[in-house]
Amino acid sequence: MLNKYPAWKNLLILVVVVLGFVYSVPNLYPDDPALQVSHESEPVTDVDLAVITTALDAAQVDYFGEQLIDESALVRLNSLEDQLRAKTVVEDALTEQHIVALNLAPTTPELLRRIGAGKMNLGLDLQGGVHFLMEVDMEAAIERRMEDNLSNIRNVLRSARIRSNGLSLVSNTHIELRFADGDIRSQARGELRDLFPELLFQNREERGESILDLRLTEETILQVQTDTLQANRITLLNRVDALGVAEPTVQQQGSNRIVVELPGVQDPAQAIRILQRIATLQFHLEAAPGASPLNYESYDYQGILVNVDNDVILQGDRVSNVRAALDENGLPQVSINLDAQGGQQINRVTRDNVGRNMDILLVETKSRTNTVRNDAGEMEDEIEFYEDRTLISHATIQTALGRQFRITGLSQREANDLSLLIRSGSLAAPMTIVEQSVIGPTMGRENLVQGINAVQIASVLIIIFMLAYYRLFGLTANLALIMNILLIFAIMSSVIPATLTLPGIFGIVLTVGMAVDANVLIFTRIREELANGIPPQQAIDAGYNRAFTTILDANLTTFLVAVVLFTIGTGPIKGFSVTLMIGIMTSMFTAIMGTRALINIIYGGKSVKTLSIGGPKASGSTTASDV
Amino acid sequence: MLIDRKIDFMGKRKAAAIISVALILVSLVSLLINSLQFGLDFTSGTSVRLEFADSVNINEVNGILQDNGYDDAVVVTFGSDREIRIVLSVDEEVAEAEQSAQALQTGEQLAELLRQATGAEIVLLGSDYVSAKVGEELAEQGGLGMLVALGIIMIYIAVRFQFKFSVGAVAALAHDVIIVLGIFSVFHLEFDLTVLAALLAVVGYSLNDTIVVSDRIRENFRRLRKGSPLDIVNISLNQTLSRTLITSFTTLLVLITMLIVGGESIRGFAMALTIGVVVGTYSSIYVSSTTILYMNVTREDLMVPVKEGAETDGLP
Repeated sequence: MLNKYPAWKNLLILVVVVLGFVYSVPNLYPDDPALQVSHESEPVTDVDLAVITTALDAAQVDYFGEQLIDESALVRLNSLEDQLRAKTVVEDALTEQHIVALNLAPTTPELLRRIGAGKMNLGLDLQGGVHFLMEVDMEAAIERRMEDNLSNIRNVLRSARIRSNGLSLVSNTHIELRFADGDIRSQARGELRDLFPELLFQNREERGESILDLRLTEETILQVQTDTLQANRITLLNRVDALGVAEPTVQQQGSNRIVVELPGVQDPAQAIRILQRIATLQFHLEAAPGASPLNYESYDYQGILVNVDNDVILQGDRVSNVRAALDENGLPQVSINLDAQGGQQINRVTRDNVGRNMDILLVETKSRTNTVRNDAGEMEDEIEFYEDRTLISHATIQTALGRQFRITGLSQREANDLSLLIRSGSLAAPMTIVEQSVIGPTMGRENLVQGINAVQIASVLIIIFMLAYYRLFGLTANLALIMNILLIFAIMSSVIPATLTLPGIFGIVLTVGMAVDANVLIFTRIREELANGIPPQQAIDAGYNRAFTTILDANLTTFLVAVVLFTIGTGPIKGFSVTLMIGIMTSMFTAIMGTRALINIIYGGKSVKTLSIGGPKASGSTTASDV
Repeated sequence: MLIDRKIDFMGKRKAAAIISVALILVSLVSLLINSLQFGLDFTSGTSVRLEFADSVNINEVNGILQDNGYDDAVVVTFGSDREIRIVLSVDEEVAEAEQSAQALQTGEQLAELLRQATGAEIVLLGSDYVSAKVGEELAEQGGLGMLVALGIIMIYIAVRFQFKFSVGAVAALAHDVIIVLGIFSVFHLEFDLTVLAALLAVVGYSLNDTIVVSDRIRENFRRLRKGSPLDIVNISLNQTLSRTLITSFTTLLVLITMLIVGGESIRGFAMALTIGVVVGTYSSIYVSSTTILYMNVTREDLMVPVKEGAETDGLP
């Protein structure tokens, strides 16, 4: 029977519509401005929460919904202005180890959250915030690696008593060893071969010398690049954490770049300082008992007071690698690799001090904002830099240490934390900012409002037009349109973790305009068939069938274009292409299946004389001349 | 079985061809002479957006900047007459590592400078910095992407339709892209990444149109026994006219909404797309069809290949 959908199809469409509705509804619940308070090393407690609420009460800032979630405290406020005031008040009331972050707390009802429904992520251009694109200096990373290798080679040759005419780093991937003759070279080669699996060995003769060329394999270079990027990314992640930004993005882009996006950050200059902050490790010995207080400083280490000798026996930049792992007994440990020079230094000190404790200090340059009275007598914010020193390891020296040593006696968590801390102490390779955008909060809000207006107005215009031109069929097209928009929202909110940007909103607007195209094609066909004298039911069927291939073709090409945009585009353009792609797929579903289902329900299986589809009336037969 | 309309599109094709060629020539000339007003994405540099409490006098701002050493600053209004955008090119003197930090400061400095000099209330809306490296890359990638897209589309059409149609389609696309670029060049409209994205969208859109028309032409060639290619093309165009017009109309409705309500950041994009849709509609009617006729498409070209055995012209 024509124009009757099987029950399952109707059911499918109904289910999709309901899902679309349910999963896009969360977007109607606006987030509350909120403060999220966490602590650098401990969970936040009720005591802290009480301090927060007292401080807010005293400052007469209205708040609500205060609670402890995971290891942080959350307090909701009534407006963005209140939120800013609250931040200053709370920061003053708490210690410096507390991090107060501006946050947007969701208000999605529990029921919806449990089925995985949520709001769409808003891009920076809709929220305001800071965007950085950082490029890692891979050359420097590779050079550092080779310098390491060079000094190791020097040591190996020296202890094997092999004389060379010269060792040099010719380029950052090429070491040259010059020997007097081939025999010595073979000897050297024998010694070094197994110790440096990452290098390619090649013999060469030049000016009477036997030369051994050592080059990094392509594999190793790639590995170094990947590792460096990863290391830097993790370091950045940790530092961004310290900034106290909710939902930051730190992602790899290409082979040597990292994108950092910090929504809601008001002070980009501070953000940059913290991202590129300097933190170093320092290795010390514990002060000998009875040493003069002038020679040591006391630190708290897990409840014990430790006196750390002032002498730095090793600087953190000699650390080339650190890993948390399991030792031969399956117990957690942290293994530390030093470079050649570091190995020598640590060896010299530790072989005379077996039995003493070695302390590792983390020295960080931090900044804080003070409100001071300036010359004019007004209160203003001032940024102050200070050094924060923490004792992160206190362990007994068992034997003389070399380039590789480990710290044991830790719990799994301590081992992980320690290796993270040491690693975040320095960047694996220097980074430069090659692109940045700062979007103020007002601009973000304006953009969002404008975008939403555009969608609404465009939809209304289209709806009016379709109704006027295609009557009842137009109405079905309009319903399909609304369903389409809901589906796009639903998919972007829950199914795909896509971020909505301003161009993304305009992608939706464009989809609205183009989705109607499919319906126009179908309805025009139907009108044609009617004008040719085909009975209504057949006309509907023919219209949908004939138009389908054309619609497919047209949408496929636009989809192709969107894919190209997605591949070559970054940021906002990507956002646009994503909504375009989603929109094309949903519009095909709603425009074809959706409207068909509705039409079938209205007209299917009934005997109808005319269709409410507008257009010139079919008058039996026009002058049919077969051309 | 014809619908009432019988506009002789193809009869006017000579006139249309002249107009098209003229537009293309003007565009090419302008592109050669004026080139395009490339946006920050491609030129690299720093851009600062400021909002004033009252309407801004661009000349005054320009003067202040010149006096204070910002010689190469370009100032434009951005949205309402209270918002301006100041664009500075990359400062060669400063080391690349420092440039971004400096860009941030520049925003504050400019805001402060203008506050002092004009006494007006000024809010720093935002700032952008694109390094020379990234700017070059984006330009390359953009151009490459465009070529790749056109390439893929050519192949797709050649496969879906007959070769002669593919030439027609590509001709129409090239026509649209060149004219849109030409208009941007003549009117000094800013060409940034979003405009490039819009161009690609225009390509997709124009292709839609062209495909719908080509589809109908092919169908009619197969179905109608009598009639010269010219007549068949005319009939096809008439038949698809209402659909073409309506689609363009609805898309334009949406685009004009964007132009009016969307704000400054989307202006270039919406503009490019609007021009593209208008030109694209025109080109689907004239350019691709004329090319097809010019290449002497016949019924034979479009016939489904007959099974083995038959060697003649394959009339059904």
